[in-house]
Amino acid sequence: MDLALFFQHLANGISLGSLYALIAIGYTMVYGILRLINFAHGDLLMMSAYIVFYGMLVFALPWWLSVVLAVLLTAALGMGIERAAYRPLRDSPRISVLISAIGVSFFLQNLGIVVFGGRAKAVYRPAWLAATIDIGGVSITTLALLIPGVTLILLLMLSHLVYRTKTGMAMRAVSRDYDTARLMGIDVDRIISFTFVTGSALAAVGGIMWALRYPQIHPMIGVMPGLKCFVAAVFGGIGNIPGAVLGGFLLGIGEIMLVAFIPNLAGYRDAFAFVILILTLLFRPTGLLGEKMAEKV
Amino acid sequence: MRRQGLKPPGAFVRLSEAYRQQPSRWGPLLTTVIILCLVSFIHWAGGHLNPYQVRILNLIGINIGLGLSLNLINGFTGQFCLGHAGFMAVGAYTATLLMMPPAVKQMNFFMVPLVAPLRQVELPFLAALLLGGLLSALMGVFIGAPVLRLRGDYLAIATLGFSEIIRIVITNIRSVTNGALGLKGIPAYTDLWWSWGFALLTLVVVSRLIHSSYGLAFKAIREDEIAAEAMGVGLFRHKMLAFTLGAFIAGVGGGFLASLLTTIDPNMFRFTLTFEILLIVVLGGMGSITGTVIAATIVTVLKEVLRGVEAPMDLGFVSLPGIPGMRMVIFSLLLIVVVLFYREGIMGRRELSWGRVLGTRDKTPDRGADT
Repeated sequence: MDLALFFQHLANGISLGSLYALIAIGYTMVYGILRLINFAHGDLLMMSAYIVFYGMLVFALPWWLSVVLAVLLTAALGMGIERAAYRPLRDSPRISVLISAIGVSFFLQNLGIVVFGGRAKAVYRPAWLAATIDIGGVSITTLALLIPGVTLILLLMLSHLVYRTKTGMAMRAVSRDYDTARLMGIDVDRIISFTFVTGSALAAVGGIMWALRYPQIHPMIGVMPGLKCFVAAVFGGIGNIPGAVLGGFLLGIGEIMLVAFIPNLAGYRDAFAFVILILTLLFRPTGLLGEKMAEKV
Repeated sequence: MRRQGLKPPGAFVRLSEAYRQQPSRWGPLLTTVIILCLVSFIHWAGGHLNPYQVRILNLIGINIGLGLSLNLINGFTGQFCLGHAGFMAVGAYTATLLMMPPAVKQMNFFMVPLVAPLRQVELPFLAALLLGGLLSALMGVFIGAPVLRLRGDYLAIATLGFSEIIRIVITNIRSVTNGALGLKGIPAYTDLWWSWGFALLTLVVVSRLIHSSYGLAFKAIREDEIAAEAMGVGLFRHKMLAFTLGAFIAGVGGGFLASLLTTIDPNMFRFTLTFEILLIVVLGGMGSITGTVIAATIVTVLKEVLRGVEAPMDLGFVSLPGIPGMRMVIFSLLLIVVVLFYREGIMGRRELSWGRVLGTRDKTPDRGADT
């Protein structure tokens, strides 16, 4: 295989990986604070894609307005889910919250089927996004460049938020030690809501770009990305934002390379992530960048 | 990590209290009567109910077995696993490939021929079921050995991952499973005797196990792993036992389901299938056998009743369009509501015993309302 082709696949992998990274951040932030696998995270992605779809095609809004609306509404939905389904269980066993999250996920999917219909809808993709650019023998679509670009900008914004602002400091404090953070006068409920808003907004952007990359939406599109991005978060070290980004990129690139270099295994593409998950859990449960956490009695 | 409320000091004391059951004198007699009633009902139902009703009864029986097997792992041993669909898939495919007549196999595998050793095999139903269960149990050993070291949500997601891997492998090995096309024309051996026999046998096995010293160990692990280990309970051995037995029952149940539906394909064994069984377990109460039996009945019947919501309705003067997908919306809401407001489910960790039903039981404080 020649070098140009390798770079072609690499570019494709980076594009997919940056999507994974974007979605994995939401998982990792929620897990960091609540120790909860937010099963419904992937379905927020689906909701956002549908909001843009309906905004543009049914209500004939300009694309930028639809995108803004989708991000806002999805963020609100994420916050609402936390209020309604997770907050009442704050002091219950973690498994109860997990079951609630599974319930919310199925609720959103099936609500999607009821409201939007189960049939897949084709997404309109502007021509300039599909146009290819030639860089040193590697031809890349504008979209494949756009996705990592948007991801990069969002990551910079997020890192400013988490590491440079007071709210970000509070978020880190809550994820480090919930009870102490509360004693220090941090409004824990507000911080948790804020975390859900941030994570859901990132998932919303991820969902829109996902719909552009695979231009077909149906109520189940969130399931696989949701599971895979959770794997990315675990792989990178759950609770750790740079880890989620690293995990997302590695998973995306790995998946594309697997399909590109061993075409016989193309059918096992979706299993790749789960194999990574299980290997991670067995050999390095804290993930690539995770800190060691002692089991407390 | 946040505290989840102080654990009462005597988890084991409470357990032993729950064990001081006061068996009613009439218990064994009443149980026999119930079983005789069930047997004569099945005998009667075979000839008098229409096929649709029989099918629902069959589904109830199978769901009771499946629910109990998941409750054994999730409810009694406290290992929250989400891999049941995978085990059912293994059992269903194995049993199907072993019991399907060669001629039907040839019709199914028109794209890629079936591998030679399976082409001519045709085993009796029971043998096929048991082998399906055994292969599923073997998968349980393979999966459980590495995964059962994990706890809580990590365990949940790892078992879910394995279940997805199983489904993807089944989709891909077309020369064995016929891939995404699935298998059609599976012999319809499942009848009320089989499905309710399965339910009853599972009920007896699980309840005997729960009331043995193994059961005490399971519950000790559920209450507090570290304390249980300190008391000398072999964590790995007991978790493996529950997990493998659960996988075996799930595999057999998958075989029954395949023979009842007479057609299977990999998409059937998605996470949704696990979700339905999980709903039964949570609704009935994690850690209650009778609760699972009641919930399996309710959920199965409700699933059929709610078909009405999805079908177009004609009220004479106005016709309402059906809402496809509404059933699962209701089921997922049901799960959320149960977890939010009735976390105990129908039975919590209590059981419906003869003593309780007849009110002859003394009032031992056995409300399993802990954590």
